[in-house]
Amino acid sequence: MFKVETPVAGRVVAVTVTEGQRVAEGDCVAKVESMKMEIPVEAERAGVVKRVLVAEGVEVDEGQAMAELE
Amino acid sequence: MKRVLVANRGAVARRVIRALRSLGLESVAVYSEADRGMPYLEEADAAVLIGPAPAAQSYLDAGALLRAARETGADAVHPGYGFLSENADFAQAAEAAGLLFIGPSPRWIRMLGHKTEARAAMKALGMPMAASSPVLGDDSAAARRAADELGYPLLIKPACGGGGIGMLPVFGPAEVASQWERAHAIATRSFGKADLYLEQLVAEPRHVEFQFLADRHGAVRCLYERDCSTQRRHQKVIEEAPAPGIARAEVEAMAAQLEGILGRLGYDVIGTVEMLYAPGSGFSFLEVNARLQVEHAVTEAVTGLDLVACQIRLAAGERMEAVVPERPALQGHAVEARVYAEDPVRFLPSPGVLRQFDPPHGEGVRIETGYAVGCRVSSHYDPLVAKVIAHGFTREAAIARLSGALSAFRIEGIKTNIPFIQQVLGDDGFRRGVVSTALAGRVIAQGAPGARAA
Repeated sequence: MFKVETPVAGRVVAVTVTEGQRVAEGDCVAKVESMKMEIPVEAERAGVVKRVLVAEGVEVDEGQAMAELE
Repeated sequence: MKRVLVANRGAVARRVIRALRSLGLESVAVYSEADRGMPYLEEADAAVLIGPAPAAQSYLDAGALLRAARETGADAVHPGYGFLSENADFAQAAEAAGLLFIGPSPRWIRMLGHKTEARAAMKALGMPMAASSPVLGDDSAAARRAADELGYPLLIKPACGGGGIGMLPVFGPAEVASQWERAHAIATRSFGKADLYLEQLVAEPRHVEFQFLADRHGAVRCLYERDCSTQRRHQKVIEEAPAPGIARAEVEAMAAQLEGILGRLGYDVIGTVEMLYAPGSGFSFLEVNARLQVEHAVTEAVTGLDLVACQIRLAAGERMEAVVPERPALQGHAVEARVYAEDPVRFLPSPGVLRQFDPPHGEGVRIETGYAVGCRVSSHYDPLVAKVIAHGFTREAAIARLSGALSAFRIEGIKTNIPFIQQVLGDDGFRRGVVSTALAGRVIAQGAPGARAA
């Protein structure tokens, strides 16, 4: 199991995966808006989404886990 | 005019508060919950909490701003730049509330904010510009016909857009349909509608803009130009005045022509005419920004004027001959760098608390910032942390001063783009004054700071 972490602090504007979904390396898991920019948070490895840990509208810190993948 | 509400935050709020004070006027600052500790709140005569951190609920909330003006007895509003500075509804609501709006009338905002309308009005007055189409329908077939007629390469642009968003190049007929669809989707998502048009593309242009002041009685004065070619993703990073490497006669002829065009238009507020410049084809019109600009300080350095104080006095009805009786002589050269809270390699935003924030001092160096040590650079707002402006007798001297000042700028707690700015300032082409909108990309492609062989 591994976690997908956001590289920037900001507000989650979209969660683009659902639990049980298979994602490839580089797939966008969520989008974070920070300083007027929309940053895609990408999976560093392929896997299946075990748990989504954030919801749209939530404020996140740099390095915070967005989802758990298996 | 006695008391002015400053409907903005950060460096521009602080700048306007300072100008108001120099004129003996009172200032009312506003702040969101995220900006409680900002140093300029104490520099203003009053400060009003207008809402929570998200801009939509604070700095973009016209109702909250007008309420703050009413509660504090303000009789005018200065919108700064960004946020509601070019929002016609806000300008109109402020005027309806009996407040003097230190900015463009709703009429200017509507006309100049719509790109094809602005182009048509300017073209009728003799403005030089690249050929373009009117707004075309959603259907890419019409776009293809218009594109074939104009010739390639072209740019697809949203008429109601800004910031380069949804602007896509088309290098040949085969690309029209796919790029049109992409631009359509982006414009719809970003601006709510997709009124796209086509414009001939100027390859690797320079971005040269002309600063104007105008009074409410028909006088328009050009205060030289700025080169703002060093941009990353359409965001300006370095600005300078005057523009290097263009014959003064060519620049002055353009300035005089623009002064005439704005005069005939009846233009009556501070403004900037943004132009593209290419050595072969000369100047072509981009847009008019009817507000103060971020980079106004380089013009202040080379003219000795306080542009914000001039803007306020002219908006209050004073005449040009009283405020700026004649155009000051050009005094040396000034270069400004925008220090952004961003990773200098990956260019990701880098919000955080300023554990150390120690701006440099020195002859010919000016700092504009809304922040102080201990402040949080919030992810809710734009990443501009400070502007560093250096002034010297020559361009070389100004660049050396700017580079020295940036080396001495101590910032801890966030990452900044200072290493990237230093790379640009050290670039051979930049030093020779060979600038274009392609420069920043070329510098980035040369490698990350520190990764280059010595």
